[in-house]
Amino acid sequence: MSSLNPALILVLGALPALMLKGHLRAVYILLLPVLSFLQLYTLPAGSRAEFEILGMLLTTLHLDKLSFMFAVIFHIAAFLSILYSLHARDRLQQMITLIYAGCAIGVVLAGDLVTLFIYWEAAALSSVFLIWARRTPASYAAGMRYLIVQVISGLLLLAGIILHARTSGSIEFAQLDPGTPGGALIFLAFGIKCAFPLLHNWLVDAYPQATVTGAVVLSAFTTKMAIYALATAFAGTEILIWIGLLMTAFPIFYAVIENDLRRVLTYSMINQLGFMVVGVGIGTELALNGTAAHAFADILFKALLFMSMGAVLLRTGRINGSDLGGLYKSMPVTAGFCVIGAASISAFPLFSAFVTKSMIMEAAALEGYTLVWLVLLFASAGVFHHAGIKIPYFAFFAHDSGIRCKEAPASMLFAMAVAAVLSMCIGIFPHTLYALLPYETGYQPYTMTHVITQLQLLFFSALAFTWLVRQGLYPPELRSVNLDADWFYRKPGRWLAEYAMRSIVAGEQKMGVWIKRLSFSAGTRLHRHHGPQGLLAKTWPTGSMVLWVAFLLGVYLIFYYVY
Amino acid sequence: MNRKKHRYWLDSADNVRKLVYGLYTLCAALMLLDFFYHKHIYFPFENWFGFFAWFGFIACVALVLLAKQMRKLVKRDEDYYGDV
Repeated sequence: MSSLNPALILVLGALPALMLKGHLRAVYILLLPVLSFLQLYTLPAGSRAEFEILGMLLTTLHLDKLSFMFAVIFHIAAFLSILYSLHARDRLQQMITLIYAGCAIGVVLAGDLVTLFIYWEAAALSSVFLIWARRTPASYAAGMRYLIVQVISGLLLLAGIILHARTSGSIEFAQLDPGTPGGALIFLAFGIKCAFPLLHNWLVDAYPQATVTGAVVLSAFTTKMAIYALATAFAGTEILIWIGLLMTAFPIFYAVIENDLRRVLTYSMINQLGFMVVGVGIGTELALNGTAAHAFADILFKALLFMSMGAVLLRTGRINGSDLGGLYKSMPVTAGFCVIGAASISAFPLFSAFVTKSMIMEAAALEGYTLVWLVLLFASAGVFHHAGIKIPYFAFFAHDSGIRCKEAPASMLFAMAVAAVLSMCIGIFPHTLYALLPYETGYQPYTMTHVITQLQLLFFSALAFTWLVRQGLYPPELRSVNLDADWFYRKPGRWLAEYAMRSIVAGEQKMGVWIKRLSFSAGTRLHRHHGPQGLLAKTWPTGSMVLWVAFLLGVYLIFYYVY
Repeated sequence: MNRKKHRYWLDSADNVRKLVYGLYTLCAALMLLDFFYHKHIYFPFENWFGFFAWFGFIACVALVLLAKQMRKLVKRDEDYYGDV
């Protein structure tokens, strides 16, 4: 089949994975993303697959440069996730990984809003199992909260699509106007998945509760498909610049004081998504190239960081900075890969973000956004501080926690190695990545100015960290919860829900009493008239019935003559 | 497993000090590089001596000290939500 959708290969191909056993299954689930990738690769540019259902023309496959690029990185992420998960004999989780990845690929290949909606919802529903698979009460509750938010996003999307289709008469997935009611709802739906400020808490709440592999898988798809959707529908929407800017800035403060190292990574995820959202908001060719390139790089280094923290969690059973430290002695290889991931996210020269994030910053500078550029520079220093230094430092170095454990399993190390090599390849050979970009670019990341200024920024950030730690000014890692926007629905929201529930129960009881009383009095009345002694229960003579019929006929005749 | 108590290079305070002094030297060298090349800039303030260096330093110190103050406002007990 020449125009077979790669998404279907993964989604439908995932089902037999549940039946197979042993090495055969491992080979099968590793080959499936490869097979699907080959199908994607052989699809000619501009491929379309359409079919008509219920009078709507659905475009289930629409391949342009941007969707191709996202589909490529989603395939790489799917393969790495499966490779990373091979140590765990959790068939359900691996099947879900394939389905979820397939749905995300379906989203980026969708040519119309209805197809987009179907894959969007399927991705949400499948992904929650990666959280529940941890099988703890906390992960169950977090998964529920996650699911509710995802479903709300889906409902907003559906409502937006219906409104948009009714006013414009088109369901094509293309540039939309956020000023129209339909466009605004779709914008909000994308915004939830993209972790806009105040709508972001599902991410920092749920991802750290996912399984070791679940967090790696989740980090790749949902948020990045939202970035793709924003770039397709809302490129150049100015408000996105300011939303994105907030996203780069506020999470780094939380990241500094957060103890759960996987939660630190989720805050840094929002920070990186912020750069991409700013790029979409600027909307120039350079900015959109930067967004696409940075999403590509981010999936790799974020997966790498989540993988290294997952390995730590697997081997030690702990993930809080306050419990860890000195692990480089037990897990030197994992520590090395973590440092490569940290260097990549921090945008060190020769590592991936150096050649991708800078495109967005240059686009901001070229458009004359001084404040935006300064905040992005602050966020760049901040990301090095919390993701580049804090993550490796508190897990693998700092004070020795005394924990001695085994190095990560071979399959995990192998997955980390691939992600690390790819991150460095992007940094060293940026033009291979630039060839995939949606627009032609002559961007040169390796200029003298860029290399030196970036090194100054990073090394002086490191100097600040060193100075603060040696002066005893650095806040210690503490076992704690930090209040964030989820407080509103986890505290007052919960009280409200509990109050409503109590009122409903109390109301029901009160109503029960009334119903009982009413039914009792109704019963006595019924008994009086229809009971054994009741007037209406007696048998009536046929004569009385004839009399009544005659009476009715009489009335009828009178009316007939009057009118 | 019979493992000898191994002393790692980083276990020695002397070596850590060496690393820290290495970082100081590197920072000084990077700062001085500003004398020796022509910066291609978009904003005039980028031309200030060592702009990126002191921006990085001040940004990070401010970030950490502010975040530390933020703890007073947002830090709660680990079981605050009753789910641990």
